[in-house]
Amino acid sequence: MPETNNTLLEVKNLTMDFGGLRAVDAVSLNVCAGEIVALIGPNGAGKTTFFNCVTGIYKPTKGDVLVHPPEKKSQKINGFKSNRVTTIGMARTFQNIRLFQNMTVLENVMIGRHCRTTTNIVGAILRGKKTKRQERETVERSYELLEKVGLIDDADEFAKNLPYGAQRRLEIARAMATDPFLLLLDEPAAGMNPQETKDLDELIVRIRDTEKIAILLIEHDMKLVMNISDRIYVMEYGKEIAQGAPMDIRNNPKVIEAYLGEETDA
Amino acid sequence: MVDNIKRSLLVALWFVFLTFPLMVVKVNTLKSIVEWRWMNMLWVAIGAFALSIVWRWAMARRQLKSKKAEQGEDDSVKAGFATRLMEDPKLYKPALIVIALATIVFPLVVDIYQTNIMVLALIFVVLGLGLNVTVGLAGLLDLGYVAFFAVGAYTYGVLNSFYDLGFWTCLPIGGLMGALFGIALGFPILRLRGDYLAIVTLGFGSIAKIVIENWEEVFNGAKGIAGIPRPGFFGAEMNITSATTYTYYLMILMVVFAIFITNRLKDSRIGRAWMALREDEIACVAMGVDMAKTKLGAYAFGAFWAGLAGVIFAARNTYINPNSFTFMESALVLSIVVMGGMGSIIGVIIAALVLILMPEYLRAFSEYRMLMFGAVMVLMMIFRPEGLIANVRRKYTGRKVTTEDANA
Repeated sequence: MPETNNTLLEVKNLTMDFGGLRAVDAVSLNVCAGEIVALIGPNGAGKTTFFNCVTGIYKPTKGDVLVHPPEKKSQKINGFKSNRVTTIGMARTFQNIRLFQNMTVLENVMIGRHCRTTTNIVGAILRGKKTKRQERETVERSYELLEKVGLIDDADEFAKNLPYGAQRRLEIARAMATDPFLLLLDEPAAGMNPQETKDLDELIVRIRDTEKIAILLIEHDMKLVMNISDRIYVMEYGKEIAQGAPMDIRNNPKVIEAYLGEETDA
Repeated sequence: MVDNIKRSLLVALWFVFLTFPLMVVKVNTLKSIVEWRWMNMLWVAIGAFALSIVWRWAMARRQLKSKKAEQGEDDSVKAGFATRLMEDPKLYKPALIVIALATIVFPLVVDIYQTNIMVLALIFVVLGLGLNVTVGLAGLLDLGYVAFFAVGAYTYGVLNSFYDLGFWTCLPIGGLMGALFGIALGFPILRLRGDYLAIVTLGFGSIAKIVIENWEEVFNGAKGIAGIPRPGFFGAEMNITSATTYTYYLMILMVVFAIFITNRLKDSRIGRAWMALREDEIACVAMGVDMAKTKLGAYAFGAFWAGLAGVIFAARNTYINPNSFTFMESALVLSIVVMGGMGSIIGVIIAALVLILMPEYLRAFSEYRMLMFGAVMVLMMIFRPEGLIANVRRKYTGRKVTTEDANA
């Protein structure tokens, strides 16, 4: 299934060393258009490190990260700074929420539009026609996104004043503002109650279906993962130990031993 | 209340005891006698008691306020006079007209000395507005800001003494030189944050002064550069009074210009990127903002204003030497930004006027200047940590109505 020509992200044998510690060991993964792919594994398995390597926060020690943006040339992006990765079209959220606390909800989303607009210092001072148009488009698009994640009534609120679940959704809206073709969500359901998780579940599926954005997510909430993922990759101690459809993963003895087994026993 | 008085009495007693050897006993070595100045003791007691009472009252009030805010009945009902003044056009339009008239009339009614001091205060307003971008908006703590000020001043001084260039030619050159040095400093410290950044910028400020002091051939060393011409007006001859008045109006224009430009930048794509950088660098970069470009932009822009202000400073004083560009000036400008409220333009203007004019008019207390400075800073941090006037976030309400209408 993954070997079709609409692959968006292709990671080959990615390895990341911190000194003598091998945090990620030869992990390969790919995401195709219209897919929701989950990356799971016990705490400390190297999932977030893997994310950081893909999005340019770390430079991988070995291996390749290739992107095949729709209707554009393929690129090898290891070592690119994260702003370039985002500009290419892969936006992410963070495990520990990283919003701009003292900016309003709307401004947070507007920052996401930064890499899609071009106003420079001179343009901002003169505030010409083009600047005004871009500014208007930024505001309109941001409101549109806030509406999609259900935060339109909090647009003028400071981000720090939002409840936890809403902050998570705002992070997703901010990432979507960068017009990505692939969204990388790092534990989007962490700390959410069951109702919020259910809403998030629907939101993620909706993003894929209506916005045509593929999604790669790290998650611990097994119900959410099994519900929405098309494929699942499992990591343990930096190594990939299994991959496949949710049903296969559920019955994979290796995975049960490493991870799920403990949960079902409990 | 009784408890407060009791405690304050104890404080007074304690201070009397502490200051007894200093304030009361005086040994006259010439006559070999000991003078007892009992009156001083009384003053210390009364002073300590009064201050203690006021302090307790203020702290109690503050606690009450924060408790109210926690319970949800915060003071958003009476949004504070300052905020209302800025948001309600009925209030701020007349206020603006009054301020404009006052600034125009000012040099005509006061003498040249006052005007001259006002020019200095306005120079610091421009410096404050510039540093406000670097520190207040972009969150890059800069303790060597005065270096860019010096770059501007010496650009004019050197270009004038070597090549005989006039004020109006040097003004833009000074600004650009400031910006250039801002970028030059910005490059090596792109990766630094917080304390480390502060130390490097502090060092840069000191280096600038030392270079100026020791490079005799160009900067004339500690002797400084004298005979710098005042700003010209199409070659018109001016005596000192009219030249000062002219400089004053020039400065007013420049402040208006600075306010206009910083305001526009604040509400733009660039300004938002600066703020996002201040809030969370990693997230900011992950959202597609080019960190290097944005940071260098903030440094260059802040330094540009310092360069411009430096040129005018040199022209106002007609004489510059390295002693005008010490760490004290950096600290002063930083205090202006902190006191005014990070990112708030009006706050910075008020703070600059207060901090520059107050010492001038309170010459009698000049020895206690640093003491008062410290006290004001500590009090500010306790009672108004956001500065005199907190930064008002722009609201983009117009759009919201339209989207809601579209839904309905």
